Amino acid sequence: MKKKSDFLSGLISGIPIGLGYLSVSFGFGIMAVNAGLSVLEAFMISLTNLTSAGQAAGVDIIAANGPLIEMAAVQFVINIRYALMAISLSQKLSSKFTFRHRLLAAYGITDEIFAVCSAKDGEVSPLFMYGVIFISTLGWVLGTFLGAFSGELLPSSVTAALGIMLYGMFTAIIIPPARKQKSILFVVIIAAALSIACKYLVRSLSGGLSVIICAIISAALAAVIFPKEDDE
Amino acid sequence: MSIAIYIAVMAGVTYLIRMIPFTFFTKKIKSKFIKSFLYYVPYAVLSAMTFPAIFYSTGNTVTAAVGTAVALLLAYFNLPLIAVALSASAAAFVTGFIIL
Repeated sequence: MKKKSDFLSGLISGIPIGLGYLSVSFGFGIMAVNAGLSVLEAFMISLTNLTSAGQAAGVDIIAANGPLIEMAAVQFVINIRYALMAISLSQKLSSKFTFRHRLLAAYGITDEIFAVCSAKDGEVSPLFMYGVIFISTLGWVLGTFLGAFSGELLPSSVTAALGIMLYGMFTAIIIPPARKQKSILFVVIIAAALSIACKYLVRSLSGGLSVIICAIISAALAAVIFPKEDDE
Repeated sequence: MSIAIYIAVMAGVTYLIRMIPFTFFTKKIKSKFIKSFLYYVPYAVLSAMTFPAIFYSTGNTVTAAVGTAVALLLAYFNLPLIAVALSASAAAFVTGFIIL
């Protein structure tokens, strides 16, 4: 009974992700086919990678027939932020998260799934995380398939407007705690300011790398200025 | 080169980045600094990812700005994630409908 409701609440928590992914991966599907991949290949990339920036960069390398070492290096740099998220999330896992569950659930650590799991009250159980991963992956591969299969399912005015969904969800995650806690407000403002500065002042920096640098600096600053008390 | 090999390398690297820290970090961390740091990481990552990217998310700065304003306002009043996300999209769509 309890287990079932954990999976279900994961599914429900993941609905915004699934819907957001559906529209983002739709764009990826179109892009992949334009780069010369088949529908099946685009679908397989989405199913095995479950990441947006890494996949887009990967398709570019495939299209350019680049060396495998470049593929590995680019994926490493763009996706290294997941290692940071994995460590952060590992502190929140319930005791039910055995080695096997960790091996399996690691597949689904994305920006958005991490966000929803981090925002959850209390510990994260394997079934809750599987619920979030399931609905998100469904949206991701379905969107890829639809995008690759039929570039013109939705009018562009709709797909453009859907592009803001995931970011809207992010603001809904960070703003309420920032209202309550000065330390979180500090982190949010510093990270946003650094990220904006990186974007316009250090143009050669890739998006993935910029996020890592800004996140590490602002979280470290906050940890020094506002160390967390032990009990919570 | 076979596309399957590219896909395998992509998937392999991406999985290992997620799996190694997630699986082998089973101890609870003691250091107060590290604990505080990891506590702040999610907010830092999300904020850095959202700004300034949100202003480019709809392909039009004006519709994105209206969507952002709606998202910030509704998030400030603690509305559920899905409500904030859909309202931001709807606001961007309606704005696009009016100005484009």
